[in-house]
Amino acid sequence: MNKVCFKNINKDNPSSLATYEASGGYKVWRKILKGELSQGKILDELKTSGLRGRGGAGFPTGLKWSFMPRNQEGQKYVVCNSDEGEPGTCKDRDILRFNPHAVIEGMAIAGYVMKASVGYNYIRGEFMEPYYRFEEALNEAYGAGLLGEDINDSKITFNLYTHLGAGAYICGEETALLESIEGKKGQPRFKPPFPANVGLYGKPTTINNTESFASVPDILAKGGQWFADLGVPNSGGCKLFSVTGHVNNPANFEIPMGTPFSDLLEMAGGLREGRKLKAVIPGGSSTPVLPAKAALKMNMDYDSIDKAGSMLGAGSVIIMDDTTCMVKALTRLAHFYYDESCGQCTPCREGTGWIYRVLKRIMDGHGKNEDLDLLLSVQDKIIGNTICALGDAAAMPVESFIRHFRKEFEHYIKNGESMVAKDG
Amino acid sequence: MISDQAKKEIDIWVAKYPTGRQSSAVMEALKIVQAENGGSLTNDLIKAVADYLDMPRINAQEVATFYENYNHKPVGKHVIRFCHNISCMLNGADDLISYLETKLGVKTGEARKDGLVSVKKVECLGACVGAPMCQIGDKYFENLTEQRIDEILDGLK
Ligand SMILES: Cc1cc2nc3c(=O)[nH]c(=O)nc-3n(C[C@H](O)[C@H](O)[C@H](O)COP(=O)(O)O)c2cc1C
Ligand code: FES
Repeated sequence: MNKVCFKNINKDNPSSLATYEASGGYKVWRKILKGELSQGKILDELKTSGLRGRGGAGFPTGLKWSFMPRNQEGQKYVVCNSDEGEPGTCKDRDILRFNPHAVIEGMAIAGYVMKASVGYNYIRGEFMEPYYRFEEALNEAYGAGLLGEDINDSKITFNLYTHLGAGAYICGEETALLESIEGKKGQPRFKPPFPANVGLYGKPTTINNTESFASVPDILAKGGQWFADLGVPNSGGCKLFSVTGHVNNPANFEIPMGTPFSDLLEMAGGLREGRKLKAVIPGGSSTPVLPAKAALKMNMDYDSIDKAGSMLGAGSVIIMDDTTCMVKALTRLAHFYYDESCGQCTPCREGTGWIYRVLKRIMDGHGKNEDLDLLLSVQDKIIGNTICALGDAAAMPVESFIRHFRKEFEHYIKNGESMVAKDG
Repeated sequence: MISDQAKKEIDIWVAKYPTGRQSSAVMEALKIVQAENGGSLTNDLIKAVADYLDMPRINAQEVATFYENYNHKPVGKHVIRFCHNISCMLNGADDLISYLETKLGVKTGEARKDGLVSVKKVECLGACVGAPMCQIGDKYFENLTEQRIDEILDGLK
């Protein structure tokens, strides 16, 4: 446990430059500055490592970096996505608070590989404590001569800045995030063109999640194979899982990919006394819910969670015990997507509101028999019909909650009240 | 309209972006003038920010209304932003929000008459392992209980 992003978490002053350097930090960056590590070698190691994007989509990071037209003239950018807003997800906050230098080093390395001299870390506006820590670390890094213009006469320039959000989940979507840095509403862009070609200010841009960047220095220090071997095939390395909800010890755990879910549940202190596991959302609110039986059979890696019927997403494991009213849980999530839809695409703007209102009507005791089919048909019309994945994210929970817990919904509609004694 | 101090703070943000891209600083600029104005924005302030950053007023207006962190009505001196999303809900956020409303004598979304506090229900604040939680000013308060809320409220002056 705690081998990469969290390796210093239990030390005194984990976020300081001294702590980071004492554990091998900035070794890779210093090697690069001395001209001892080529871009090609870095890309090879990243590909070997099997690192997949930790922001939710799981796209191989090495591959993404190789798409950048790095020899194209002109400005290019590296952007870190610390907008962390997916309900159930709270890992990047702890990376920023306890290991900010790993993010800085990871971004600087990315800048070198992509020949991008400027980086922005987009931190959600509410994360003020993480923001101050990150700024402190930036000052330390500049002070130590690790960032700036022509660093140590290396001809390498990398300047890194923080941009703060202002409360919009959609800005976690990478192109909405770019719009937001440009000082606009966070509305996602059509793809293609992809950010690698037309990104921030129209320039080639690579965007990765905080945890993805923070994993890079250790991968290069210890080797891609070392990282890959921590995990299982197709899911290299270890990963942070935020375990929340009905457990005794909710926390972030950095564990090898492929760890059985039941082990993770145990690490989180298990369920409260006398309670039984009812359902698990394994990857954040946008991933399908699983009934206990399916969850207990899965391991925490991409393929196994996929096989169980959901997705690893951002590794945000929401545990629900037998006191949970699934109608209420889904209604809360539906409200979230309704609130956060950017309003650009009709199916999502109208569909999320419609879904929420129908669920609200059920909860208010005015549900109709045909409501479940209505919900399923609305969510089906959102999926695949929007510019970005927020629409799918809003739709998928609806389908899975109703499929696995249909009886509970039917009971609510028929009786105007929850089947579960205590809700919440 | 915008104080010299606020302009100085805005300029720090402007310097982070390429020349000619000063409108990238609009989100922070709006926060800075909002803080100076006691926690909420007015149309005149939004226009002043747009003019200061030499950007179309409509774009500043769009930003000010798109993002959740801007207020367009006066708010309490302390805004308690309580998360009611899934992990917090599973850990009793709804009951705590009711407790808070009763104790303060205010409804969510409104400021108390004496102007000291307002309570707002917000979506996931990215601190779900500390559920239930809330944000007041720059600070997060996690693992809340009724007793903990009492202590926090006692500290608000
Ligand atoms: C609605 C929506 C919200 C998202 N929120 C986040 C987020 O908060 N953090 C994040 O890293 N990625 C988020 N993503 C995924 C990003 O679009 C993008 O895939 C990711 O930042 C790429 O980095 P990675 O390859 O390192 O994962 C979101 C996507 C969508 C559609
Ligand atoms: S659900 Fe409340 S902080 Fe995430």
